[in-house]
Amino acid sequence: MAEATTNPAEERTIDRSQMTVSDEVAIAIRGMNKWYGTFHVLRDINLTVNRGERIVVCGPSGSGKSTLIRCINALEEHQQGSITVDGTLLSNDLKNIDKIRSEVGMVFQHFNLFPHLSILENCTLAPIWVRKIPRKEAEETAMYFLEKVKIPEQALKYPGQLSGGQQQRVAIARSLCMRPRIMLFDEPTSALDPEMIKEVLDTMIQLAEEGMTMICVTHEMGFARQVANRVIFMDQGQVVEQNEPEAFFNAPRSDRTKLFLSQILGH
Amino acid sequence: MTSISASHAFVRTEILPEQAPPMAQAGVLKWLRENLFSSWFNAILTFISLYVIYWILSHVTGWVFFGIWDAGSLNECREFRDARYDEGARVACWSVLTDRWHQLMFGFYPPEHYWRPILAFAVFGGAIAPVLFDAVPRRMLYVTAAAPFLCYWLLWGGGTIWGPVAVAAGFALPFLVARFGEGVFGSLGVTVMAIIVPILYWLFLAGPMAGALGAVLPIRITSIESNDFGGFMLAFIIGITGIFLSLPLGILLALGRQSDLFIINKFSILFIEVIRGVPLIVWLFTASILLNYFLPPGTNFDLMLRVIIMVTLFAAAYMAEVVRGGLAALPRGQYEGADSLGLDYWQSMRLIILPQALKISIPGIVNTFIALFKDTTLVVFIGLFDPIGLSNAIRATTDWNGIYWELFIFIGLCFFVCCFSMSKYSQYLERKLRRDHR
Repeated sequence: MAEATTNPAEERTIDRSQMTVSDEVAIAIRGMNKWYGTFHVLRDINLTVNRGERIVVCGPSGSGKSTLIRCINALEEHQQGSITVDGTLLSNDLKNIDKIRSEVGMVFQHFNLFPHLSILENCTLAPIWVRKIPRKEAEETAMYFLEKVKIPEQALKYPGQLSGGQQQRVAIARSLCMRPRIMLFDEPTSALDPEMIKEVLDTMIQLAEEGMTMICVTHEMGFARQVANRVIFMDQGQVVEQNEPEAFFNAPRSDRTKLFLSQILGH
Repeated sequence: MTSISASHAFVRTEILPEQAPPMAQAGVLKWLRENLFSSWFNAILTFISLYVIYWILSHVTGWVFFGIWDAGSLNECREFRDARYDEGARVACWSVLTDRWHQLMFGFYPPEHYWRPILAFAVFGGAIAPVLFDAVPRRMLYVTAAAPFLCYWLLWGGGTIWGPVAVAAGFALPFLVARFGEGVFGSLGVTVMAIIVPILYWLFLAGPMAGALGAVLPIRITSIESNDFGGFMLAFIIGITGIFLSLPLGILLALGRQSDLFIINKFSILFIEVIRGVPLIVWLFTASILLNYFLPPGTNFDLMLRVIIMVTLFAAAYMAEVVRGGLAALPRGQYEGADSLGLDYWQSMRLIILPQALKISIPGIVNTFIALFKDTTLVVFIGLFDPIGLSNAIRATTDWNGIYWELFIFIGLCFFVCCFSMSKYSQYLERKLRRDHR
């Protein structure tokens, strides 16, 4: 089983003291539909995420899970329905979009670090230019988060000199430097070697322990079991099933979910 | 697991130390054997090539190095040659350069004012140094900001220095408006005011202000007409202005061509395709002849200025396509990474996208610069005295009628030195901007 080797949750007990879900709504998606040309990628998505929730979105490739979370910070445009992030309704207004983006951190499959800037500059760029924080203060914040993801010694190197796992941890630190209230993870470990997956998952678990609101598109079922408070299964652009991880993995209700789980966990 | 025999089982107990790569079997002889005499056929080619090189050098070196430098005309050159060497010996007559170098450099610019273009060139050197090299103190950038106005005043003169100073001051206004106007006008108002205020200033305030300052402190130099400009000075003025205006314009056009905004997008495409699709020489004729029909009668729109505008627009169209190539080469993730952090369009372009796209485009950009610089020789066709035009003028005099090679070799050499320097600088820049494996 692939997950057995990469599941850091087995090696440490998770501190759940701060992992509390509040009643405050962080993200509300209502009747959202999206088309690529005539292709209906997302169909009638309704999803409410409360503050402090840790949601794992899974599903076969092409099921629209990445598109879903990319709609939340407007990297993709939706054509119907509404998305409300932190009480702000996502509209076409650029100011509004930039505001939501600066509150929502995003981690990509391919890291998307800026190769022409050093690690430290990658982390301080947005705080300095978007938040207008003085450089010195931004650098202190950046070092704080780089220490948190355990690579402060790489601060002056360039992304091209780091391993994949290190780059992904920098990407997480870069997002955190904006002090986001919500973090989106778009398959953060899919481009990594097994040895590096662990260090990235460790960082994500640490984040969850601190009470961050997270939506993760991932195939790390071990992570979903241990950290998520809700697992969402998508297929063909729709939410097919969502449940608490225990129930989701042990007693899936839809046939499609059963098939999917048997295929990724079955051997 | 007993099926694996003992001979296959293996455990590494120590890590092998790093070793230097094997020494290349160096040596001159080895190089010669491998590159010049690796087979009979190659050996024959080597000897033939050696002979060709010898033949060329034996003819050219004598011509170049025994050349005559001190004659006053081509006939005198021939007399000196017959007196010093054999009659009819093949030697160059470099005297045309010593006799006419000032014309080749400055055209018909009045000799007593030669210090002005020379000083302007020095100012340009000081202005460009901090842009080209990191080691130059950043404070020099103030020279860079002042240089265009100062150089313009030095070259053309006319009026006091306060004219260009007053015009230059107008460029500070948008920043002042942005700094202090936010509360008064609101964010959209600031953008509008930042455009309107300087225009009003230039129209109504700059003139009287320069006049008043000029009355107090009259620092004045005589005016020199564009018609008197010529030679390499002209080539440099057109080339340098074109280079520095075409890059930002080309970048804007490239961004416009990528833009989602319909009008901007279509305008950029139209501009690029039309300008690029017509030969430069046609545009130059348009600038020199046709524009007069469209301008109100009596307006005197300087020909050189028209040429500079045309050359700039022409180079900008090429530049736009070069930069677009760089933009297209960036992975989408860079755009998304910048977007996801909440950077607005201009921030993400300035901080993330353009630094990378321009770095990728450096060879193409410098290629366009070099082409633009060499294309300045085309202005000879519309009657401006660039170096080629002057060489024609020099050969038209009785003194130097019949001289070709020496002039063209000199002009070619000067262009080569400039273009080769640009090429070398671009290679230096690419090395400096490398970010991997350091």
